[in-house]
Amino acid sequence: MIEINDLRKTFGAVKAVDGVSFSARDGEITGLLGPNGAGKTTTLRMLYTLMRPETGSIRVDGTDISVDPDGARRKLGVLPDARGLYKRLTARENIEYFGRLHGLDEATLKARTDALIGALDIGDIAGRRTEGFSNGQRVKTAIARALVHDPRNVLLDEPTNGLDVMATRALRKFMQKLREEGRCVLFSSHIMQEVAALCDRIVVIAKGRVVAQGAAEELRAQTGEANLEDAFVKVIGSEEGLSL
Amino acid sequence: MSPWKIVFWKEVRENFRDRRTMFSTFVLGTLMGPVLFAGLIGLMISVTLERAEKPLKLPVAGAAQAPNLIAWLKARGVEVEEAPADPEAAIRKRDHDVVLRIPAEYAQQWREGRPATLELIVDRSQQKAEQAVSRAERLIAEYVGMTASQRLLVRGISPEVVQPVLIADVDQSTPQSRSGMLLAMLPYLLILTVFAGGNYLATDATAGERERQSLEPLLINPVSRGQIMGGKLMATFAFAVASLAISLFAFSITAPMLPVQKIGMVIEFGPKQCLLLFLVVAPLGLIGAGLLTSVSAFAKGFREAQTYNTLLIILPAIPSMLMALNPVKPADWMYSLPLLSHQLLIEQTVRGESLVAWQVAASVAATLAIGVVIALVAARLYHREHLAISA
Repeated sequence: MIEINDLRKTFGAVKAVDGVSFSARDGEITGLLGPNGAGKTTTLRMLYTLMRPETGSIRVDGTDISVDPDGARRKLGVLPDARGLYKRLTARENIEYFGRLHGLDEATLKARTDALIGALDIGDIAGRRTEGFSNGQRVKTAIARALVHDPRNVLLDEPTNGLDVMATRALRKFMQKLREEGRCVLFSSHIMQEVAALCDRIVVIAKGRVVAQGAAEELRAQTGEANLEDAFVKVIGSEEGLSL
Repeated sequence: MSPWKIVFWKEVRENFRDRRTMFSTFVLGTLMGPVLFAGLIGLMISVTLERAEKPLKLPVAGAAQAPNLIAWLKARGVEVEEAPADPEAAIRKRDHDVVLRIPAEYAQQWREGRPATLELIVDRSQQKAEQAVSRAERLIAEYVGMTASQRLLVRGISPEVVQPVLIADVDQSTPQSRSGMLLAMLPYLLILTVFAGGNYLATDATAGERERQSLEPLLINPVSRGQIMGGKLMATFAFAVASLAISLFAFSITAPMLPVQKIGMVIEFGPKQCLLLFLVVAPLGLIGAGLLTSVSAFAKGFREAQTYNTLLIILPAIPSMLMALNPVKPADWMYSLPLLSHQLLIEQTVRGESLVAWQVAASVAATLAIGVVIALVAARLYHREHLAISA
């Protein structure tokens, strides 16, 4: 469960995030939809404690991130916008490195790593150095690395960016599996179809503000549009920076 | 395992797998110093020996004016040659080190017992010619002294009358201390090794991680940034110290092969000296690692960090250069300054002098203290918000 209340962040004169509030519930996939530059990545960066918000509060399963950032980080699994791997380490070593930093003991670490390698279907590449991996292999390894400590809350910043159709489909299936496990899944995207297909709840962001939020039917009802994509364009006010 | 150790081992393992890092850190970086040193010292020795043993070649213009002088020079083993047509030009072009010109009026001045003028054409800015010039000057002075004595004896005066004072040169240098002059560049080579040994890893572990977009995910882990920086800093320090150890080992092999005894000098570079030098220089690795990591965290990109760090490595040369140009008498306070104290202690060690315990302790303590302060600065830089933001 993630609760965000009145978040603000400015860079110079630019209000990157300007009073964002929403929440993401357990057992649901929440989509953060908005054009490029709407403030999605900045919002997520504040959520995973990489940036300090100027005002506002964030709670992860009840833990205030400004009071106990390490405690909040333990409850979060994050695939950030930057997803570089260590190319001289194997996929498994990349995953284990982060597991050790989370303080997992060796037995738990091995069990978790094996489980993720199985769930993400990367058993064939787990023992290979990550140099020369395809985009899909890289993202899968980065996700395994992010989830090695078995977090209840999963943040994914534009997870399908740069992936081919097969990898995208596999990733969407994996996100649904996370939801079935009862986790709180929050992901950002500028792809309308993806959000429409996956999300239980949708938060639409434009110019640093939340312009609409709710389930798909609620958004359709609010805008009076029968088509969800038309509803998105209507609340944002433009198609610029969005993808189908 | 504490987080910094996890980071430390990951950095060590990753860099051990990089053949380029391994080669530049442990082969090129460590062996260049000893090889360069052996080559330069070897060259200096052979040049010195060659000049000292070779008969002096002295081109003389107007030799016919002073047959006595010429005969005397030849008797002293000087190879008298015909001078070039334009001696000044020959000296300027460095065709000759020194040319003696006997002016036309020399013979007449000599006969009349007036001071006869000889011209020694030289270029004082030419270091290479220095030895030939001073040998020529000494020979001529000797001839003048001998002739003066003869003239006084002819007039019934003892030559001692005109020599009220005799200077006796009582040289206190030992073979070891004389080789100290040759060894002036050794401190810099060792200090350079300890800085250069950590350079590649430090740049890669901070600026490189950011460039490859893996720093942001790393910093999301529930570990303080100080711990992450600490692991990287210690890995840098470990590589620096390892290259110092390899370099000292290589020095201990090449140094005894140098024919320094031939010019009456001794270089002490046995196991005991190696151990002492390691103890003295290794703490500098902490300062080096802290500075390199700070610069890598401060720089905007990998290239920028690389450029600054390459300049940074040259920085510790400054005290060495100043000391070579303007040697100072060691004072107590100097042992509490990093670099300066290292310069002094390294020179004293290889000269075979015994080190004073408090001097070593002062140097090590001061260096470690400053190293810790710089590490804290690096930790502060790691806490800056935009450190992790790669794009």
